[in-house]
Amino acid sequence: MVVAAIAFYIFAGIAVAAAFMVIAARNPVHSVLYLILTFFSAAGLFVLMGAEFLAMILLIVYVGAVAVLFLFVVMMLDVNFASLREGFLQYLPIGALVGFVLFLEMVMVIGTWVIAPETAHLAQSPIPPLGDVTNAEAIGRVMYTQYIYFFQAAGMVLLVAMIGAIVLTLRHREGVQRQSITAQVGRRAEDALEIRKVEPGQGISEL
Amino acid sequence: MEIANLPDLGPIASELTLAIGGMALLLLGAFRGDGALRLVGYGAVLLFGLAAVLVIGQPNETVLGFHGAIIMDPFAKFMKVLILIGSAVAVIMSLNYLEQEKLDRFEYPVLIVFATLGMLMMVSANDLLALYMGLELQSLALYVVASFNRDSLRSTESGLKYFVLGALASGMLLYGSSLVYGFSGTTNFPSIAEAATGHGMPLGILFGMVFILAGLAFKVSAVPFHMWTPDVYEGAPTPVTAFFAAAPKIAAIALFIRVMMGAFPEAVAQWQQVVVFISIASMVLGAFAAIGQRNIKRLMAYSSIGHMGFALVGLASGTAQGIQGVLIYLSIYLVMNAGVFCCILAMRRAEGMVENIDELAGLSKERPVLAFVFAMFMFSLAGIPPLAGFFAKFYVFVAAIDADLYALSVIGVLSSVVGAFYYLRIVKIMFFDEPAEPFEVPLAREVSIVLTLSSLFTIFFFVHPSTLISLATTAAASLSSGAVAVVGH
Repeated sequence: MVVAAIAFYIFAGIAVAAAFMVIAARNPVHSVLYLILTFFSAAGLFVLMGAEFLAMILLIVYVGAVAVLFLFVVMMLDVNFASLREGFLQYLPIGALVGFVLFLEMVMVIGTWVIAPETAHLAQSPIPPLGDVTNAEAIGRVMYTQYIYFFQAAGMVLLVAMIGAIVLTLRHREGVQRQSITAQVGRRAEDALEIRKVEPGQGISEL
Repeated sequence: MEIANLPDLGPIASELTLAIGGMALLLLGAFRGDGALRLVGYGAVLLFGLAAVLVIGQPNETVLGFHGAIIMDPFAKFMKVLILIGSAVAVIMSLNYLEQEKLDRFEYPVLIVFATLGMLMMVSANDLLALYMGLELQSLALYVVASFNRDSLRSTESGLKYFVLGALASGMLLYGSSLVYGFSGTTNFPSIAEAATGHGMPLGILFGMVFILAGLAFKVSAVPFHMWTPDVYEGAPTPVTAFFAAAPKIAAIALFIRVMMGAFPEAVAQWQQVVVFISIASMVLGAFAAIGQRNIKRLMAYSSIGHMGFALVGLASGTAQGIQGVLIYLSIYLVMNAGVFCCILAMRRAEGMVENIDELAGLSKERPVLAFVFAMFMFSLAGIPPLAGFFAKFYVFVAAIDADLYALSVIGVLSSVVGAFYYLRIVKIMFFDEPAEPFEVPLAREVSIVLTLSSLFTIFFFVHPSTLISLATTAAASLSSGAVAVVGH
């Protein structure tokens, strides 16, 4: 268990440090790279908890798709981030004050927070224990049975997102020459060539 | 190895129809290419009709489906039929407009079908997950149709504004849902209600409930979450505005009622305060802010904020009678709204649509029938008897008085009087001002049919109101059978 504890502290430490660097890095590209490092560390934490399926999903979806998309956006947008940060120090005192007041309020609220005893049993973990089934199997058991309605609904949401993206951005520009394979293949020599006899010194009257 | 049984698809027959039909229409449009708008549009109207038949064919009792995630009862039936009517009318009203404005792309009816699918899912939701899925499906489709006129700066601005603020509202709703889930251990509405009983509700659930309330109030555009409404209504293409003002509002109010009555029946005293506040604020702001508006679509936006305030008066009473009032209110509001927007669609000159109310000057001389109908709708929106709008307000205020909410009722009636000013000013401009340039473009045939039907309903509602009232009574009784006993002062 010592190894697991060491691994936990390494992953957790890297995750926190990288998350801090996401907001502290001057170069936005570096921020996105730190974000990817945070995702990797979080995936490591998932593996330590025995949720390797979630860890892989996190890597594939967040690192593979979302973070790369961020990277593209950051690199393609010509935003001067240095000017956005101007005045940061000027507003720091008032920001810190507001943050401190919020923190105090939260301490006061959470300090008096009482959780009703009868809700404790309801909040017990509803999944089967990890010893019985692997986590991928546990998800698979309910995904297409108990949660089929939500799963299909999520599919409809994605379909609408796709239609929306196409409706709002796809434009058929005029004057663009597109390849038409049927027209190319169906073209015959007679359509394209005309053989004329040219008398010496006469030329061709009309084209 | 056990093999999963096919779940009972009966309760979601209408949703399945819309989902499959919507995808079929999408394919049809993609293969037919441009110029398929009318075909796909009438296909969508047909689908809405089919779905409505399936909804009406459902048994008149409460049926749960998908492990309690969805619920089908007379309340859901009533709301779903209203929503389907609203969506069908919105598609019919938009076809001619889209052709004239060169926006005739077949995706429009398809998106309306998917938005409607989301609304039906919202109405049937009996679980926080189902609620969120339906809400997102509906909202996402609405964001896209708001900026459907993508070459217009105002239309894209309205879509973007709606999207950003809608995402914020979804965030609040999700935050509340996570708190409720964390403190009750379940996402199912009846189980949440169960967890919240006993000696006092856990503070976390209450906290979550207020956040969910805020998210829902955004969707019905109740004050103080109404900021997006005037800009979105003004910027979106006119038939889209007509759609926004009807079906999504009905779905959101239905969801509002379902969550409050289904998941938090024990906390009536707590949510009642919130609902009373947003109801009063919406009525007052709707009445006063509309006075300064010169753009008819912005004016209708404030009018719809006010009307949502009136509808919430019924919910604030927390009784079956109040819910019945809301249902009647929404039915009548749907019809009046369709009629008014048909009239707004008639505000067209050769060079394009006009939206300023001064352009209506002297309409009674040029087009007396249109002016009469427009004036009649304005009287009805103001709530003047014997038009339908009077009965809508009457039932919610009677419920509020029976629930001892005197202050709410008095403020409501007073703000209704203030609101009458700007409705009647439009009548004055049409009948007594010097004529402006006339609207020479005639209404499209399908729009005039909608206009005729809705004005007949509005004028002659008082002759035979009992059918609608008895349907609303059944629907309200099915919902609040558990909650009525809880309410008491």
